[in-house]
Amino acid sequence: MGLCIKNANILGKKADVLIEGDRIVAIGKIDEYIDGCGVIQADGLTLLPAFVDMHTHLREPGFEGKETIATGSMAAVAGGYASVCCMPNTKPVTDNPYIVKYIIDRAKEADKARVYPIGAISVGLKGETMAEMGKMKSAGAVAMSDDGQPVTTAQMMRLALEYAKDFNLLLISHCEDKGLVGEGVMNEGYNSTRFGLKGIPSAAEDVMIAREIILAEMLGTRVHIAHVSTASGVQLIREAKARGVKVTAETCPHYIAGTDDLVAGYNTMAKVNPPLREEKDRQAVIAGLADGTIDCIATDHAPHTKEDKNCEFNFAANGISGIETAFALCYTYLVDSGIMSLDKLSGLMTKTPAEIVGIPYGQIEVGGLADLTLVDLDAKYTIDGSKFYSKGKNTPFDGFVVKGKVKYTVVGGKIKYQSEDVQ
Amino acid sequence: MAKKDFLQLSGVDQATLTSLLDRASELKALMLKGNPPKDVLAGKTVVNMFFENSTRTRCSFEAAGKNLGAEVISMSTAGSSVQKGENLIDTAITLDKLLPSAIVIRHAVAGSAHMVASHVNASVINAGDGMHAHPTQALLDMYTMREIFGGLQGLTVAIIGDIKHSRVARSNIEGLATMGANVKVYGPATLMPKDMDKLCKVCSSIEEAFVGSDVVMGLRIQLERQQKGLFPSAGEYNKFYGINLERMRLANKGAVVMHPGPVNRGIELSHDVLDSPICVKDEQVTNGMVTRMALLEMLCKE
Repeated sequence: MGLCIKNANILGKKADVLIEGDRIVAIGKIDEYIDGCGVIQADGLTLLPAFVDMHTHLREPGFEGKETIATGSMAAVAGGYASVCCMPNTKPVTDNPYIVKYIIDRAKEADKARVYPIGAISVGLKGETMAEMGKMKSAGAVAMSDDGQPVTTAQMMRLALEYAKDFNLLLISHCEDKGLVGEGVMNEGYNSTRFGLKGIPSAAEDVMIAREIILAEMLGTRVHIAHVSTASGVQLIREAKARGVKVTAETCPHYIAGTDDLVAGYNTMAKVNPPLREEKDRQAVIAGLADGTIDCIATDHAPHTKEDKNCEFNFAANGISGIETAFALCYTYLVDSGIMSLDKLSGLMTKTPAEIVGIPYGQIEVGGLADLTLVDLDAKYTIDGSKFYSKGKNTPFDGFVVKGKVKYTVVGGKIKYQSEDVQ
Repeated sequence: MAKKDFLQLSGVDQATLTSLLDRASELKALMLKGNPPKDVLAGKTVVNMFFENSTRTRCSFEAAGKNLGAEVISMSTAGSSVQKGENLIDTAITLDKLLPSAIVIRHAVAGSAHMVASHVNASVINAGDGMHAHPTQALLDMYTMREIFGGLQGLTVAIIGDIKHSRVARSNIEGLATMGANVKVYGPATLMPKDMDKLCKVCSSIEEAFVGSDVVMGLRIQLERQQKGLFPSAGEYNKFYGINLERMRLANKGAVVMHPGPVNRGIELSHDVLDSPICVKDEQVTNGMVTRMALLEMLCKE
């Protein structure tokens, strides 16, 4: 039993790919394969290594109304992702090896995407005492983060970075100075002034990016900056990399495709943390991706219930359900617009995040892991959140016309997603 | 044909504003003669939903509705402050099913009136939403200015104080721009929102704010903002940003002082100004009632 992908575009050439088990065994013209082998007719489709999301919220345990591991990993494969790393702001918090194990077991039952838990840096995400990072790593956690909450004191972050070094554990920092955020609910700028909503300045993100860079430099250790959204934050990381600091960074599709103009009309779907910024920030984030300052694209997929969003702007939950629109938004705004090649985008969405976290990823070569996705690059369609597999229908990109549709996702040699419109 | 709702002044054209102000003058004349036109909205219902403490605006809307003959139902939440978890949309839909012609809403969160408007059949009037808009306050302010100066075109209005948190400032800037007046603002940098200069002129000194102005409008300072470190003390505020008679000498001849109330006496407005006939804050109250009558009539009358 195997799988043969016929006549796909692979880096501009047409070829067939034969998969046995979870590996690619042949690439080229394949006419003979044993009976019972699955076949995907991929005419007109482009084959890419399936994407790797190093920043997902699967919400389980604790917030199953928003998402479950089953629905979230289904949404992942529908978005072309074979692997997702899920953040620990669950209930109870993923701050111990038992929850890590629970998530891994639930993901195996769901049997869609590969799910890699991220553990909490501090117990209860409170920033007070260190969580059992070593035990969580032994149980299968791939990185540590207090995502959603910054590690408030520099001393706590210093100790965590220092301690994590011995375990070669990556720390992911959600950079947000709560004092500067105050009661802010959107980016501070012309739009917050017009709308009469309290603003969150870029500096709220930047001062903590600067802190993490200074700590990583002092300790000679690595640190990863989550969801970079500001022009000034990109510049801080660029300068740090230039002098050899081991800092890596991600941004998200919504900072590539959207600005705080989307908040107009008090659209709570556009409420996210960090907030959507201004056009100059959007351009700087894209420039940072193009020149390697920002290493990768992560979704920060943050599903919410209707009730979480259908309320006064100040009370609405932060977050965008983004895993099913990530590729189309990135392809449309980065590749179709001529800023970078598809190959470069593919690297930003697969190889680099996988290498930062240290997890396997698909490679289109003989012997490579068969985590693959087939996309129709010419398919133009209108985003409709109500059709998401995710329980979270919350997207500010409803009605956006994009290019690039995921048709199939293969994980470990098995078809885990097939678009409804393929025969 | 008028729009269903009255949520903010941007997007309301000059002709609509002018006809509202004209009608308000007629209504004021009737009211001063003791002849409220009780037949205008007879048989109609107006619901007031106040989720924030308000005496003058709520009473003004109640009086406006009753003077036009409408039934007025007023709902205010106990203790005033909005609790998270309270479902505004459900509350609004429930009240809408009482079949009112208009729902008047005051809420601490910007955009709340917009949200309610998209869920109900009644006309929604924004009586103040967070820091965003207070369009009927601007309407009454413009009415007051027009009554004093005969018109708004070319008038220069200085708004001084806590611009950042002020829905009154934002709505006046929008409405006065539509009517052809010039607006400038001044206040402590900590109370001036980012990119304000894209909305109107921002003065760089208190003198610049007064010179050439026909109207100087003070804004209420929330004294708890001092505790948050936005300015050092009430006394220092009055010394550097207060409106007093000496500073009014820099303004144009015949200039007046306005304030949406309630005034912190001796802070935004010095005692000498409050005792002077150039301060028209009390006249603003009657004007508020008659402009709200004109608005309710426009939205609710078939």
